[in-house]
Amino acid sequence: MKQPASVKDIARNPGQPLAQINPFEQVPLPPPFDKLDEEPAYAQLSEAAREKYVVLDDTIAVNIEKPKSKEEEDRLVQGFLSGLAKLMTVEDNWTFLQPFEMSMEHCAKCQTCSEACPIFEESGQNELYRPIYRSEILRRIFFKYIKKESTAVHGDIDLNWEVVARLIELSYRCNLCRRCAQTCPIGVDNALLSREIRKIASMEMGIVPKEIHDNGSVLQLAVGSSTGMTPLIVKDNIEFIDEDTSERTGIEIKTPWDVEGADILLIHNAGEIMAWPENPGAFTTVFEAAGLSWTMSSEIVAYDGINYGVWYDDVQFARVAVRHAAAAKKLGVKKIVLGECGHAHKALTVIADKVLTGDLNIPRESSMVTLRDIVRSGKLALDPSRNDFPVTLHDPCNLVRLMGVVSPQREILQAVLPPGRFREMAPHGVENYCCGGGSGFAIMSGHNFQDWRHHMTGRRKFRQILEAFGDEPMDREHPKYVCAPCSNCKGQIRDIINYYDAWEKAGIYYGGLVELIVNAMVDVKPGFVDWEWH
Amino acid sequence: MTTLAYIIAYIGIVFFLIAVVARFVMWSKMPMHLRWELYPVAHEGGGRAAYGGSYLEESDWWQKPRQVSMLGELKVMVPEILFLVALREHNRKLWTRSFPFHFGLYLVAAATVLMILGGVVGALAPAVIATAVARVLSLAVPLLGAAGLVLGILGAVGLYLRRMGRELRDYTAAADFFNLIFFVVVFGVALATFLLVDRDFALVSAFVANLVTFKLVPLAAGGSAALLPLISAVLLSLLVAYIPTTHMSHFVGKYFAYHSIRWKDEPNLRGGEQEKTIEKLLNQPISWGAPHIKGDGTKTWLDAAAEDKAK
Repeated sequence: MKQPASVKDIARNPGQPLAQINPFEQVPLPPPFDKLDEEPAYAQLSEAAREKYVVLDDTIAVNIEKPKSKEEEDRLVQGFLSGLAKLMTVEDNWTFLQPFEMSMEHCAKCQTCSEACPIFEESGQNELYRPIYRSEILRRIFFKYIKKESTAVHGDIDLNWEVVARLIELSYRCNLCRRCAQTCPIGVDNALLSREIRKIASMEMGIVPKEIHDNGSVLQLAVGSSTGMTPLIVKDNIEFIDEDTSERTGIEIKTPWDVEGADILLIHNAGEIMAWPENPGAFTTVFEAAGLSWTMSSEIVAYDGINYGVWYDDVQFARVAVRHAAAAKKLGVKKIVLGECGHAHKALTVIADKVLTGDLNIPRESSMVTLRDIVRSGKLALDPSRNDFPVTLHDPCNLVRLMGVVSPQREILQAVLPPGRFREMAPHGVENYCCGGGSGFAIMSGHNFQDWRHHMTGRRKFRQILEAFGDEPMDREHPKYVCAPCSNCKGQIRDIINYYDAWEKAGIYYGGLVELIVNAMVDVKPGFVDWEWH
Repeated sequence: MTTLAYIIAYIGIVFFLIAVVARFVMWSKMPMHLRWELYPVAHEGGGRAAYGGSYLEESDWWQKPRQVSMLGELKVMVPEILFLVALREHNRKLWTRSFPFHFGLYLVAAATVLMILGGVVGALAPAVIATAVARVLSLAVPLLGAAGLVLGILGAVGLYLRRMGRELRDYTAAADFFNLIFFVVVFGVALATFLLVDRDFALVSAFVANLVTFKLVPLAAGGSAALLPLISAVLLSLLVAYIPTTHMSHFVGKYFAYHSIRWKDEPNLRGGEQEKTIEKLLNQPISWGAPHIKGDGTKTWLDAAAEDKAK
């Protein structure tokens, strides 16, 4: 396993990767995936990619082209320093000034956070992925080149274009799950520093992975959704989903659009509409059966709850959040309810809390809570025996560790599953592990990034899933359900099940939470969860 | 020499107080930031803190009174401050060094407070100090002081050795080593003073009593017996002044890390006080230079957020 020997290595060995992972040296997964030599082959980076882009390790996330002139090299360094200086100003960074300064000034470098990081652990404790490795580089650059303070106090580091490019690339080796911050005895937050590096790159230098910017927030603001769906297309797709769901359930449904004065504006992650149509179909089934006053909005941006800005850019974040709120204001709804999407939850409920004011300050609520109340109300006749299969629950970091929504989803599962069928992962709740797709990774797949993701970020979650079902026969004849009430998490879990062929080999399936409610509804035709891989 | 020691002690204490207050003011004057809490939040009521739940688990939470438990905060804060619980839970190896170091500091601080108390009471009510109080102080001060010094030295040496290890060495600056050596030297001299010339802490107590009563008189000991306590007092004063200028001032930062960030979950309700502050902040000009922002120093956050990027 190749790894940097020192923080200073970030400035050394130009053009060479600082770390390389040998999948055959990783800690084996639990059975039946415990043979390292039987794991899927790890795709290597192409020579063309290594030639063209800055190389940090075995993969590339950001696609930073190598500079072709001294001027381009200087532009990278100066752009980074300029952005770093702006992070320290109230005007440009009131949004995170205090948390940023706190984490810059008070790290005791005690390494308590290291073992909390699933990437560091699954990499075999590769130094490059240590949570404070990138933070320490950022700190040393800051204190030496911005504040001009003594290197005897803060440590020394050289600065060149490759340091900047590698550091930006390295900020996309962190899921921003903040598990490290949770263990810090002082309260330092390495994930926040990853995000601040991403902000410098995006907000000052215009450097961002295209999946989350060009094809993400920019596309969402331009046409309405990162999926590319325009208002016309999304309504068309939902109409199709309504028809399909009605056929599957035997209950006629019609999703309400643009109903002025409705109590609830429901905002899905539009990825659900494209990839998992049973999820919005199930929401409509449950909301209609419960007799809620609700609507969706066909206003641009407002039918897609995603807000990728939470991962990399405060301005892009604010633009999307304001449009979500504006759509709710236009309809005059009493509250916004967020569908099964963790980052959309955190973005609009918690982060945007200090952005939305006046008539844009419309209350936001988690669909976990709304669904829990429906289940509690007794409005749905439920037969838990319809969900007679083992179920484990993935806790999306944004929903749980970062919002404190922990118990509603568990209460729902207790109500819709037969006794003894639910099993927790270890650890779970606010101490959960990220699915591996957090902070944009679930939608990033350039070069061989997906392979890196499976081996580095998603491996701990897959390990947890296998352990949770460890007492079950691991074959296709005994289906098991990973409940992931978050679109990005679901995408990541789908990808890793696919990568290991875990549906065929171990009967591990995945889906959302609301689908299990519908599957248990007595009035619905049996078999809403169809166990068909898609 | 004696007068100089008193003056240095005054300067050290005053500098410490000013620096700590300045840090406290700096952190507390920072602008409101976007919410960035981390659960569990200790003051969450309704039994939710135990599993990391929040008021966001309630439907229509904005219409309900928040359940905030100060007791819940204290139940986390007090053990955290005294016993470094988070470190014990997540990094037991380091805790075995860090806990004695910090607890040693607390004991030395406690002994100092008792000596100050003794000085004040002695000046205001000499009759009282001559009785039972004197006996308590004469027992407690040497006990707390000596135990604190020993624990502090053991902890500092342990932390130094740990910093020399593979995992921490590369992340350790020269100043980090200096800080620990400084502690060992200062506490070492104080311990030597106790062992060699001041077994009952009488000389140090007298020095402290003189400080609080502004009597800059020589200690009641002659020759080298008076020199060691004075050197010790000077070194301790320098250490006290030095701490808040370094990242060892994290005892101030930690308060804000918890109360202003990790546990800062107070919602911005429509029409509430927070909205005015937010509106002011959103009117700050931005200068971010990326093509999708083009901040020019006049465009505000509000302008940038309202821009129609579809056009």
